[in-house]
Amino acid sequence: MARQVTLKLGFADEVRDVTVVLPDGEPIPWQWGEQFSVLRKETPRVDGPLKATGSARYSYDIQMPGMLYGAILRSPYAHAMVRSVDLSEARRQNGVIAALRVEDNEVRFAGQEVAAVAALSPEVATQALRQIKVEYTPLPFVVDMDNAMAAGAPKVFGSRPNFGEPHVSGVGDAARGFREAAAVHEALYTTPVQTHVSLETHGAVASWNDDELTVWCSTQGVFTVRDDLAVLFELPPDKVRVITEYLGGGFGSKFGAGAEVVIAARLARLAGVPVKLMLPRGAEHVATGNRPCSSQRVKLGTGADGKLTAIELTSHGSGGIGGGAGTSGPYRAVYPCANVRIEERDVYLNAGPSSPMRAPGWVQGMFALELAVDELAHKLKLDRLEFRRRNNINPVRAAEFDLGAQRFGWAEKSAAAVVKSSGGRSGHLRRGIAVASCAWHSLGGSGPEAIAVARRDGRFEVRVGTQDIGTGTRTVLAMVAAEELGMPLSAVTAQIGDTRFPFSVPSGGSSTSPSDSPAIRQAAAHLKQKLFRIGAPMLGAEPDDLEARDGTIRVRFEPARAVAMAEVCRRIPGDSISAEGERVPNYQGFRNDQAGCQFAEVEVDIETGVVRVLKVVAVHDAGLIIDPLTARSQVNGGVIMGVGFALFEDRRLDPQTGLMVNPTMDDYKLPGPLDTPDIDVTFVEVANGVTNTGVIGLGEAAHVCSTAVIACAVSDAIGVPMRDLPITPDRVLAALGKV
Amino acid sequence: MKSDDSDKPGKPGKPARQLTPATLTRRAFIKGAGAAAAAVASLGAVASTDAAGEEAAANSDGVIERLGPGAQTFELNINAKMVQVTVEPRVTLLGVLRDQLGLTGTKLVCDRGACGACTVHLDGRPVTSCMVLASRARGHQITTIEGLGTPGRMHPVQSAFVANDALQCGFCTPGMVMSVAAELNRNPSASLDDIKHAVAGNICRCGTYPHVFKAALQAAGFNPPGKPPEGTA
Repeated sequence: MARQVTLKLGFADEVRDVTVVLPDGEPIPWQWGEQFSVLRKETPRVDGPLKATGSARYSYDIQMPGMLYGAILRSPYAHAMVRSVDLSEARRQNGVIAALRVEDNEVRFAGQEVAAVAALSPEVATQALRQIKVEYTPLPFVVDMDNAMAAGAPKVFGSRPNFGEPHVSGVGDAARGFREAAAVHEALYTTPVQTHVSLETHGAVASWNDDELTVWCSTQGVFTVRDDLAVLFELPPDKVRVITEYLGGGFGSKFGAGAEVVIAARLARLAGVPVKLMLPRGAEHVATGNRPCSSQRVKLGTGADGKLTAIELTSHGSGGIGGGAGTSGPYRAVYPCANVRIEERDVYLNAGPSSPMRAPGWVQGMFALELAVDELAHKLKLDRLEFRRRNNINPVRAAEFDLGAQRFGWAEKSAAAVVKSSGGRSGHLRRGIAVASCAWHSLGGSGPEAIAVARRDGRFEVRVGTQDIGTGTRTVLAMVAAEELGMPLSAVTAQIGDTRFPFSVPSGGSSTSPSDSPAIRQAAAHLKQKLFRIGAPMLGAEPDDLEARDGTIRVRFEPARAVAMAEVCRRIPGDSISAEGERVPNYQGFRNDQAGCQFAEVEVDIETGVVRVLKVVAVHDAGLIIDPLTARSQVNGGVIMGVGFALFEDRRLDPQTGLMVNPTMDDYKLPGPLDTPDIDVTFVEVANGVTNTGVIGLGEAAHVCSTAVIACAVSDAIGVPMRDLPITPDRVLAALGKV
Repeated sequence: MKSDDSDKPGKPGKPARQLTPATLTRRAFIKGAGAAAAAVASLGAVASTDAAGEEAAANSDGVIERLGPGAQTFELNINAKMVQVTVEPRVTLLGVLRDQLGLTGTKLVCDRGACGACTVHLDGRPVTSCMVLASRARGHQITTIEGLGTPGRMHPVQSAFVANDALQCGFCTPGMVMSVAAELNRNPSASLDDIKHAVAGNICRCGTYPHVFKAALQAAGFNPPGKPPEGTA
């Protein structure tokens, strides 16, 4: 029976009653002021020892008897017709067991898959690729947006234009908003293509057993890969099993069955033995996804009171042969404005396809928006934090601004004299500071199901077919179950990463914990009810009067009337009992969004142009923070990835050949230990009641504004807006008129 | 499935002149190969490599030595055990560890010594095993992440990594742990700056460096003789 309950929801500054209707079997959402025994405590991740000792088995680590190694031949041309592929010589190579061609007659980027082999060793496989004879007819190609949009440009997709009609959206009347503005700022901002660089490359180990396919895949979505493979190989989904015990990063690039996974399965079927196919680093850079580039013309208007009267974004970007280059998310969501006009379009290039990447579109959009806001605030001679406060209506972010400003020392550091002189000790160093707003919306959704199991020996298991992208999923799901069952974490194991477990959604959009944890909690709550029914006669009480706490089942309000959970488990009639749970749709809750903000201080050497990020203060909310330790890891990572996009990362394509010129980990510059600033992380906890756990995802929220705040701080340091990423030393020197 | 063990060029066990590795890197090998090619060219011969490749390198005495082109069998001292391996000269130490010996804790990530994920210890020194040819590791003590500790019996650096959550996806972690462990071995009272430089070549895409620094500093507390361990309570 559905029940109506009134919840106390909110955060330290504002707690209010929210009435929700709970479906049958759903536990009451955790509320403000809830007392937890397992949650909210800094907890080392449960699989930490496996990871720290190299014992965690990634898909890349799977070894099977008789397993072969696959390798893929890729087009050296950015655009060509494949006239013929001769595999005979490759097949004759010692140690080559299978070879195949990819049935695409036209390749549209340098690095597209053409053929593949499976061989006894990785070395033999790689070498055999050189024996494949391919006849190409090269075609005209285009790898940069200006040329792609010019008249007479080579067409990426046959007769289709390289860009379509712009997608226009918005609210109000932007033209009127600008007419009413007391100050207007307009400028062009650009961001380069960024590649994901997951340390574990894309790939899989594929193994056939009759008509059943098992794939150990490096993926963020075991069920997505299962469904893709089932369609491609015309199998019922239950004949495809996908396993991802551990995942060496994904960042949005590993959702479906990519070409390399399909090829691994095809080779395995041809060879009749398992095939491992993990991509080499170069292929990972060119062919497995990227964050599209952007060119954003931003126009902002404000009234004399510093409140935005109009926002206009005219942008285009390219994800190569893929789409998804829009950047408008933040323009609609961060600052309230009555008049917003968005015009954006995708441009196609002969370059590897885009894929989602940690806060897709938002990172690019937030960079341009926040720098434009700073430039406008400068025009108004208004403090940049004050400008943001005036344009903020989210009470959580307001509290976060206060907290962050205090921890960062915004007032002290913004006294210009202090800032400029403190960095100027040797005359060539300039310090700058900035603040940026964050926004995200990772509430998760329905779909996942879970099973909770109690064993007669007193151990508990929870199962859900999600995967741990590195955020600590196993740990947080086990913690949620332990909390519900009144058991210590050590008694509970979470099993994930297998399509044999109940369905779950892909780990994307920061939705894993908010989608899975409520299903786990519901399953644990149902299991608890079953245990109460066993325990009730032992206590001479009714099941409804019982609670599970401190490893016991006891009569509510009479803690002395208790029986150890282990004792109850020993009465389980068989080996175990289990219960199911499902993720029900979101409730109204407290708020349906996330705020957050970050502050940064940088130092710029005006002689060399080198930027150092000194300090970042990150203040975030993500509903209930299950494990502050792993949550802090995610925020650290979000900030550091922002250092990379702000200062270093840039996928470069050679206009003459269409080849990526930096497909390595030394020429494609990534942030390393020495680039790491001092990062101060604070969480503002919100009981949001949007699900029974109130957990919201954090991975993307932690990264949305990190690039922006660093770019803004560099601009502040040198007094010149740095509107093009990455902010490399040559660009700094150019901005200063030194080169 | 077809087996080609019988017709591989160069049978296992083909005698190779013993190398005394002067240097251990693939880079040095490439330099050496250049010297070898030059030497061959000066004799008027045609330089060529066959199917399995061929290794030639100058040893410390400047003598050009050759291995291959086929596989050789030799012993390696890995985690204090002598193990016999049969590999072609082109196979890296990383390749042997992972594909032949099943020691998959060590990861291949960049394949050019740029990211540190494949770091192992060679005589206690951290090296990127993707840049070391297997044949060049003969006569050296090789320690991999598996040799440092196990989940039930972790090395202090590993315990500190777990306690401080110095890992996220965990793929860089074995290399990161090996770099820190080597640093603390040679510099037991390492400072934050020492530690940052010790892991400067280890790339973590999850960006977990701040917790790595914390973990390493905590582990440093275990090492100094006469100093009570920190963070063990």
